[in-house]
Amino acid sequence: MRYLPLTEVERRDMLAVIGVPTVDALFRDVPKAAWCSEPFDLPPHQGELQVERALAKLAAQNVPAGSVPSFLGAGVYRHHVPATVDHIIQRGEFMTSYTPYQPEVTQGTLQYLFEFQTQVALITGMDVANASMYDGASATAEAVMMANRVTRRARAVISGGLHPHYRETTATHAHFAGFTVEQFAPNPSADEDLAASIDDKTSCVVVQNPDFFGKVRDYSALAAAAHAKGALLVVVVNEIVSLGAVIPPGEMGADIVAAEGQSIGNPLTFGGPHVGLFATRDKYVRQMPGRLVGQTVDADGRRGWVLTLSTREQHIRREKATSNICTNAGLCALAFTIHMSLLGETGFVGLAELNHAHASILADKLAAVPGVKLLNDGFFNEFTLALPKPAAGVVEALVAKGVLAGVPVSRLYPDRPELANLLLVAATEINTEADMDEFAAKLQEVL
Amino acid sequence: MNEWSKAISNFTTDGLGVSGTYSGHRGLQIEEPLLFERDSEGRCGVDLPEPPKARNRLGANARKGRIGLPGISEPEIVRHFTRLSQKNYAIDTGLYPLGSCTMKHNPRLNEKMARLPGFADIHPLQPVSTVQGALAVIDQLAHWLKVLTGMPAVAMSPAAGAHGELCGMMAIRAAHDAKGETRNKVLVAESAHGTNPATAAACGFTVEAVPANARGRVDLAAMKAQLGPDVAAVMLTNPNTCGLFETEIREIADAVHAAGAYFYCDGANFNAIVGRVRPADLGVDVMHINLHKTFSTPHGGGGPGAGPVVLAAALAPFAPLPWVVHGRNGFEVLEKAEGDAAQAFGRLKGFHGQMGMFVRALAYMMSHGADGLRQVASDAVLNANYILASLKDDMSAPFEGPCMHEALFDDRFLKDTGVTTLDMAKALIDEGFHPMTMYFPLVVHGALLIEPTETESKATLDRFIGVLKALAAEAKEGKVEKFRAAPTLTPRRRLDETGAARQPVLRWRRPEEPARDAAE
Ligand SMILES: Cc1ncc(COP(=O)(O)O)c(C=O)c1O
Repeated sequence: MRYLPLTEVERRDMLAVIGVPTVDALFRDVPKAAWCSEPFDLPPHQGELQVERALAKLAAQNVPAGSVPSFLGAGVYRHHVPATVDHIIQRGEFMTSYTPYQPEVTQGTLQYLFEFQTQVALITGMDVANASMYDGASATAEAVMMANRVTRRARAVISGGLHPHYRETTATHAHFAGFTVEQFAPNPSADEDLAASIDDKTSCVVVQNPDFFGKVRDYSALAAAAHAKGALLVVVVNEIVSLGAVIPPGEMGADIVAAEGQSIGNPLTFGGPHVGLFATRDKYVRQMPGRLVGQTVDADGRRGWVLTLSTREQHIRREKATSNICTNAGLCALAFTIHMSLLGETGFVGLAELNHAHASILADKLAAVPGVKLLNDGFFNEFTLALPKPAAGVVEALVAKGVLAGVPVSRLYPDRPELANLLLVAATEINTEADMDEFAAKLQEVL
Repeated sequence: MNEWSKAISNFTTDGLGVSGTYSGHRGLQIEEPLLFERDSEGRCGVDLPEPPKARNRLGANARKGRIGLPGISEPEIVRHFTRLSQKNYAIDTGLYPLGSCTMKHNPRLNEKMARLPGFADIHPLQPVSTVQGALAVIDQLAHWLKVLTGMPAVAMSPAAGAHGELCGMMAIRAAHDAKGETRNKVLVAESAHGTNPATAAACGFTVEAVPANARGRVDLAAMKAQLGPDVAAVMLTNPNTCGLFETEIREIADAVHAAGAYFYCDGANFNAIVGRVRPADLGVDVMHINLHKTFSTPHGGGGPGAGPVVLAAALAPFAPLPWVVHGRNGFEVLEKAEGDAAQAFGRLKGFHGQMGMFVRALAYMMSHGADGLRQVASDAVLNANYILASLKDDMSAPFEGPCMHEALFDDRFLKDTGVTTLDMAKALIDEGFHPMTMYFPLVVHGALLIEPTETESKATLDRFIGVLKALAAEAKEGKVEKFRAAPTLTPRRRLDETGAARQPVLRWRRPEEPARDAAE
């Protein structure tokens, strides 16, 4: 076996040092009834070539988004990732290291995480960010639980514009941890009166910007309404590139930002692994979940980095910890950091402008197709169309014509017939004008 | 002057400062500023086209101010991150015997497979007809996990071990609820990883510790006395965090079941028994598997991981969404609590789980096969016992061997030397090795937990053992100063963690703008 360095002779020598006749003797604490002396009914080992062939065959059964015009979003976006990103994250010094528990030999990881935290704080307009969460959905649930701790209240008001998976994840935590969520119904056309639901039991209001249907809003007034009642405003961002073009949550008065960072540096990968972003105000930092990297000095007075404020965390605080998270999304955070540093101010803003322009052009083209209605006019790179018939069937028909047309809202809200004709469509810098024309033409054919 | 250049000039003001050179660099030890400290105006690491003419639809919601991101060119960025990487220790650079973490070799084949466009470039909400191969990967990996554990079901979506714990404990709560039983207490082994009690608390349970006995195992009699109609589950790790197999595990499982509770097993240490022992045969009801440990998906500097959870039949109906199932036209994804998944307890993250990690883990399993995985466990246990046997007279082992995949020592051998566990760990760094896990588990004093894994050669282990023998001898000879000063050969010496926590600096901030002319 190519990954195992021990030879038979070495194994024998080592057993002699230990003083047992066989390796099996080392397993003497295993109850006899549970000891399996034969290999399981699974295939035997294979060489690299054979494994490669078998997996390539499975990969070939999928339609890569890049092989056809593709317009899917709904929380995961296809962007161009510079070649530098994937090259650097595969450096063994990063990829095969672990959580930087020993700071003297992990200054590389610690410094990029400090840079990541800074980038996340800057783009969200918040004071501080942590070193990552699993993904946007789990970060959102953690944000609500943090708001519960900060306010010592246990009722969250959730916008109908929050991504349905984020809603479900938060509701699942609520059910088990014992807090309440008041969920507004998803409604792409009307504005919801969240402020009216805030009372002195409300820990937070959770909104998404742009929302699940693509609509962009200014939540400053809602922030003020929440603060007036002692509640926090949690702003969720699905499409982090939007922050290059849209007022950041920090400027609107958000107290916590929970976001999905996939768009920067990370491929689609069927939805994971991605990277959760989590940012807040300085005054709440001790209630934050997750790892934090801080600046300090070494024994010679030189600047360096360490994991800090770990008295919030499970390995110190156990059942009183702010979260149970341990392993997070380190390498995806590195991909984010590298891509963001390549973009810089000009590139990040430019990328956002490009996305917005493409989506705006696509919206005009699609809205011109007879029977198609554009539902939201204020959007960033994703919008909702009302079709004259159920969107799921239209999407299937377009797959047959070689276009991945978008996400039918019914995929995520199967039991809401009123949403069945809605199609979520996203455009990024990747989509060409030719792709868009093809989409519009074929949409017209199938309607 | 920015902080970095100030720091460098501090080194050099009194002739050759701390670093001993004029540049601040020392050979291959490079002083690397923060991204934000590079002068940035006018540079960019990407070339984007001008946006085409289009109607702007942001209106008043458009961002107005600058973000403050530095502009840097690509060559500078490549150099920045490459230099940072060189300040890291990693499996690729040497033995990484971090107990409980299973830092084994990460095959590059797995990376290559995960990057095939058919896996990396598919959207989670594409029509299922266009992702049948991806669903087949999930299904095949699930099959391997079920056979290896003997369990009938597996929940694939959790993103790491702790997330898997959450999944398992929620399934347990849902199962009790379905029976109409209210059980609010969870018993957690005293030696458990911190995520165990934190998870139980996050699921709304109160936590009670189960003590360890003098043999480093769960105190069965004490646990039995703690069991009662209010106990929902017992959370144990097996092999446990002392690196020992729980000899009475079947009696433990029987007692837990007799009390109407479920047995959660933390599967972080599955590497010791993979291919040799099936957790189902031990009476386990639910267990997470850290794919980033046993199945070698890279640790990535702290993730991403994946934590699938195998479930006994009684808990399987409660597994969270989504479920990948065999349907009439190939694989289907159940994303709603209805039909077979009617009792699913909810959802833990977006989409379908850590697909990128699934591909890597499956490539790893296929490479090893049923035969190779048995050898993995054997060699992992052999390597750990070789360390235990070689060092037990120089260091102090709190418990009788044989151990499983990791060897635990305590700090009795350092008694009266003035040298601590921390000092030993830091001295090990100067000898070119990553330290072992320190001060965990909490059940022994000054723990040093060494997990070599199966991918280390005997020659490496011999060097490591030689170093630890020498260090133990030096500690006993009273060379305290050397230990207190260590490490001295790293890019940074010991860092002030207390200071970092007292006045947290968690991000870079632009140095104060020079004061504006007051007369203006
Ligand atoms: C025994 C044990 N349990 C649980 C965990 C948590 O796993 P993860 O870091 O993947 O969340 C760890 C990881 O370090 C562990 O060692």
